[in-house]
Amino acid sequence: MILNVNNASFSYDGITKQFEDVSLSLRQGEILSLLGRNGTGKSTLIKCILNILRLQGGTVEIGGRRVDDMRTEEIAQQVGYVPQAHRAVFPFTALDFVLMGRAPHIATFAVPKEEDYEKAEAAFARIGITPLREKCISEMSGGESQMVMIARALAQEPSLLILDEPTSHLDIGNQTKTMATIDRLAADGIAILMCTHFPDHAFLVSHTVAILEKGRLIAQGRAEDVITKENLREAYGVDICVHYIEEAGRTVCIPISPCGCRGREATTPANRHGAMIASPLAEGETNGFR
Amino acid sequence: MTHRKEPIIEIGQEPRKNVAIGFWRSVFRDGTPAHEAVLRLIPAGKAIYLLPIILFFFSLFFGRYVMDPVETFRILTVGTANAFLDGASSLLSTVSGHQVLLPSFEQTWEASKQTVVFRIRLPRVIAAMLVGGGLSIAGASFQGLFKNPLVSPDILGVSAGAGFGAAVGILLSGNPMVIQISAFFFGILAVAVAYGIGHTVGKSSTLVLVLGGIIVGSLFSAFISLTKYVADPYDTLPAIVFWLMGSLSAVSNADITAVAPPILLGSICLFLIRWRINLLAVGEEEARALGVDTKRMTIVLVIASTIVTASAVCISGIIGWVGLVVPHIGRMLVGPDFRKLIPVSAVLGASFLLVVDDIARTLTAAEIPLGILTALIGAPFFAYLLTRKKVGWIS
Repeated sequence: MILNVNNASFSYDGITKQFEDVSLSLRQGEILSLLGRNGTGKSTLIKCILNILRLQGGTVEIGGRRVDDMRTEEIAQQVGYVPQAHRAVFPFTALDFVLMGRAPHIATFAVPKEEDYEKAEAAFARIGITPLREKCISEMSGGESQMVMIARALAQEPSLLILDEPTSHLDIGNQTKTMATIDRLAADGIAILMCTHFPDHAFLVSHTVAILEKGRLIAQGRAEDVITKENLREAYGVDICVHYIEEAGRTVCIPISPCGCRGREATTPANRHGAMIASPLAEGETNGFR
Repeated sequence: MTHRKEPIIEIGQEPRKNVAIGFWRSVFRDGTPAHEAVLRLIPAGKAIYLLPIILFFFSLFFGRYVMDPVETFRILTVGTANAFLDGASSLLSTVSGHQVLLPSFEQTWEASKQTVVFRIRLPRVIAAMLVGGGLSIAGASFQGLFKNPLVSPDILGVSAGAGFGAAVGILLSGNPMVIQISAFFFGILAVAVAYGIGHTVGKSSTLVLVLGGIIVGSLFSAFISLTKYVADPYDTLPAIVFWLMGSLSAVSNADITAVAPPILLGSICLFLIRWRINLLAVGEEEARALGVDTKRMTIVLVIASTIVTASAVCISGIIGWVGLVVPHIGRMLVGPDFRKLIPVSAVLGASFLLVVDDIARTLTAAEIPLGILTALIGAPFFAYLLTRKKVGWIS
């Protein structure tokens, strides 16, 4: 086991729990997708795993050692972290940026050596973004900077990679490419924990899926068992159908007449005489946004 | 044999030609003005290190009393050698118990010129370099720490604190030594209080640290106004006002020996952690995830920068703009990587303040306060930099 989270609980103010009794584990080469609505504590959980925030209860173990007994650089040698998005203030080049991933392997007063440059180059090559090397991160598109951040995490040579919503800023093409990259890294033996807002993506790559709702894991297991209509309704508060699409060759999740949106079907021939459709949420109901 | 050689040479020459053409094409890219094309040829990152050396010699012979450059150079080298030999003789004398006299070089110039070089210009030139370089390194480091290119070294209130300390020193004694020590002490105290506020309120967030600095800064500014209000308008008030405008006119060799060690020590410390400042500059959480102990790093950086700034300010008075503008120029020359930015900021800052101080002492018969000149030169220059759009952080 690379990652073991046992009965973890955390609260910012000591009263309201962000999450409690969360238990997860991850093996080499395994991908775990963490689902759940906004503000349910996914990012907080990640920060606790990285020991940026301290758990109130329970433990996090990485490679068999408790994170609160490890020094910051020891954790960083094991765990690579890809944040949601980087807000660039200074226009570092991608190479300088990826080189920062070598920090846990470089002494405090030292600067990167030849070997570190080679490892950074290797990280570029592994993701297939070598042409971006000299480009400034402040001039990059969302997709490019996402790839550079994954490369930086790889330069840490981690055994566990944590991604916080890796696809939330990306267009549909880049989303797919990012998923393919993540899948490839897992095939190379890296354990991957990712938060995502797209249950579809869990079907694409995950070995296991966990759903966090109101600070508790409501379901955990294989994607086919966890991502069901019932669980998704509980997690997101809307009706979502889960279908296997022959043409795409995979299972997708589609919200059913979302929150009373009229959509195009209002004008399809079948509905035309009915004028307004009879959506279950059409009459001023707002609980779709709760 | 000759048959074989020829094609090999040809093959070898072909790409070389292309490289040369490609190189010139890259230099004279379509539409670039000639002066920029020439500038691109000079390796700015390396040539820049010669600048303070050139300016150092220039500043020694240049002034309202212009000296012969060659003679100045001779005075400097031979004089320094003689000083060393003198020191060695007296050391040998005390060690051996006998009178030992090492030979010394003949002095071919008037004693007054020796005084001008060694007692008047040299301390001033060294002070300008130390203060300019130190403020720039501290400014660059703070810009990284606070992830904000508009930060200057006095963001945590060190200048306001030092100003108050100096004002109190002027009111109470007027002794330059007392003024300096008081300025240094209150400068450090101001930052300590700002850090304390940041620490108690917001654990380790740099934003709260900045707010603490603003609070302390305005508090000490009020204290400065108070000391001005109670000061004697014919005696101590002008002294306070002039101190706050900054000047290097009163710097002595003793001052240099007092402040050079802390400035150099703090600068070396910042130089050593220069690569880690990159990590702080991308954000606290990311730095933590990359294995940086951000809390310890912040403390080290704040202490080193504050010692440098407080030491600089206590001999020069308050000199604005240097710590803000110089790192920007450095960033335009070598990019945002602190590995290069820290040393380049040091040499640029030293050169900049040297030039400004030369202007301050030569432009008019009376001294022009440095703070006025740095703002007069720095502000328009900064505006010019902003219009050039090469500044990466403005989108």
